Amino acid sequence: MIGAEAIVKCLEAEGVQYVFGYPGVAICPFYNSILDSDIRTILVRTEQNAAHSASGVARLTDKPGVCAVTSGPGATNIITGIATAYADSIPLVVITGQVNSELLGSDVFQEADITGAVESFVKYSYLVRNADDIPRIFKEAFYIANSGRKGPVLIDIPFDIQNAAVKKFEYPESVNLRTYKPTVKGNSAQIKKVIKELAKAKKPIICIGGGVQLGNAEEVVLDFAEKHGIPMVTTMMGIGTIPTNHPLHFGMVGNNGKPYANKAMNESDVLLMVGARVADRAVSQPDLLMKGKILIHIDVDPAEIGKNAVSSIPLVGDCKNIFEDLAKENLTMDCSDWVYTLNQYKKELKIVRHPNSEYVDPEHFITALTEKMDDDSVYVADVGQNQIFSCAYAQIKNGRFLTSGGMGTMGYSIPAALGAKLAKPERQVVAVCGDGSFQMSMMELATFRQHNIQAKIIVFNNSFLGMVREYQHYTYKDHYSVVNLDGSPNLEKLVSAYDFDYLRLDNNKDATKIINKFLKDKNNVLLEVMIDPMDLVK
Amino acid sequence: MKAKRIYSVTVENRSGVLSGVSGLFARRCFNIDSLTVGETDTPDISSMTIVSSGDERTLEQIEKQLNKKLDIIKVKTFNENQCVSRELMLMKVKYNKTNRNEIMEICEVMKADIVDMSLHYMMIQVCDTPERVQLLINMFKSISIVEIARTGTLSLSKCVENDG
Repeated sequence: MIGAEAIVKCLEAEGVQYVFGYPGVAICPFYNSILDSDIRTILVRTEQNAAHSASGVARLTDKPGVCAVTSGPGATNIITGIATAYADSIPLVVITGQVNSELLGSDVFQEADITGAVESFVKYSYLVRNADDIPRIFKEAFYIANSGRKGPVLIDIPFDIQNAAVKKFEYPESVNLRTYKPTVKGNSAQIKKVIKELAKAKKPIICIGGGVQLGNAEEVVLDFAEKHGIPMVTTMMGIGTIPTNHPLHFGMVGNNGKPYANKAMNESDVLLMVGARVADRAVSQPDLLMKGKILIHIDVDPAEIGKNAVSSIPLVGDCKNIFEDLAKENLTMDCSDWVYTLNQYKKELKIVRHPNSEYVDPEHFITALTEKMDDDSVYVADVGQNQIFSCAYAQIKNGRFLTSGGMGTMGYSIPAALGAKLAKPERQVVAVCGDGSFQMSMMELATFRQHNIQAKIIVFNNSFLGMVREYQHYTYKDHYSVVNLDGSPNLEKLVSAYDFDYLRLDNNKDATKIINKFLKDKNNVLLEVMIDPMDLVK
Repeated sequence: MKAKRIYSVTVENRSGVLSGVSGLFARRCFNIDSLTVGETDTPDISSMTIVSSGDERTLEQIEKQLNKKLDIIKVKTFNENQCVSRELMLMKVKYNKTNRNEIMEICEVMKADIVDMSLHYMMIQVCDTPERVQLLINMFKSISIVEIARTGTLSLSKCVENDG
């Protein structure tokens, strides 16, 4: 057995079903060996999207997504995808080919110091120097990626190591890392303190971050909130954790969130932050917000607690574990007055839009679309004004809402939807992007077509990089610079080249009819939605 | 309030670990006042002593971020009163007949040794607390310092019984 075959055996042992990637000579031994396996290989059209697709798989299967690219430019191209996954704590195992071991450091053809370059975007990285280490390294990599605070792990494997003989292949049953022991169980004294504060609370609120879904704690958190009647808000990464129309759900917080969600968080006396970083887009002035209230911060990563906001009760651990422990405690609460107040706020602080009737109104469209979508469908939002519209108006039932929150990487939705659809072919998956983000990933239309993966893509067309235009509108008084997307392709012609069906919506009137047609289409389909170029998200 | 803190860090003795740690300080805008690395009695484990300064929240973040790094085995932190710290310095100075005696007197008071000498230059070695090493430098500022090499601070927590 050679190194490349050992890698494939490791992936099989981990139950990997798909590898996304782009070959080059330095990763060819691996791509040669994987032909003998049942693992499906998906050729994407640029390396960055291999990581986004793997992210789609990871988010729907709770297992690390896997991608494999070549050395040099292949490796550097995937960095943005790795950084995107890192910012949202998505588990990936990224394999990169590398030049021959004896040439390392000599700047030969397609050599890049990738372990050095990704240092700040990975949980850990390996440069394999001995083929016999492959089983141990892969076992560790999968474990590291998918435990504690999840994240990407990179394995850089020189060409000669892929071809080197492996003396004996034995996939380890467990890992033994003296430097890595994530805290799972919450400290029981802290848990008692949390219960004590909650018992006193008049206006408690739970803020749900992306960590709740990553920790598979959706049910326990929701059960706890329902049992005690505690209202909830979410961060962008927390959207979809609980159904949008849940009576205790008061929307997304942050500078692009619901005003009543922010008011709820500001006025609360006990704020339970769960799996959230308290980062600038969710909470712009953490110290101000925390004044006069008890902040209980629950996170699996101790470094997140106290980084952006000083908490009154830090509680490190796996949030599922912690909420199971919290549920065992005696606690009586009555938040009905508080919930009543919040419902009043919800009515009073509703944003009333004044849509231009010559175009489709994103609020109207997204509401109608998500009402029609299947209960367990997957909504993949891109980045830009379209993301803010999606966050504000998508009605998520028991499905999922995927987006690039931390890094805000344009072009995420199409490759991530590809990965999600591959992982869950029985579920409806819809990618929603803008005309800017679409053009960052439109090369992947070929990937859907080549691998028979059903594509449902919605493009909001406003002929602008809308989010930046909006910023320039406010900050530079309509002094627009480099935001006009004139020259964009005719989407009908473009998608017909890939054998996609094409639909177009010009105004609200036909929305229901076109949405039905779009969702029922069995072929690959793109729906172009014409929205007001001058529309603002706030 | 700015404070000083000493991080005594045991790490896996692998390539790239030092750059990982120094990169962490650089990208998160943490100060490094001094950093020393050396092998321990176990060849696959190295020991780093990092001296940093900042407000309380920053100093706590440094410890947490260090603990997150997978090549780091253990992080111990202490302030200057909880540990014994030493620094080694070599200093080359230019001397002449008139100040030679003064130099030798300073060395005697500061427990520094003259370890090399030529007609116009001498090399002084001192091993002491970082403060006293700095004091010696100050004493020589009015004389003529040619070159200085310092190891940075090495620290170990003070001896207590039952120390693991």
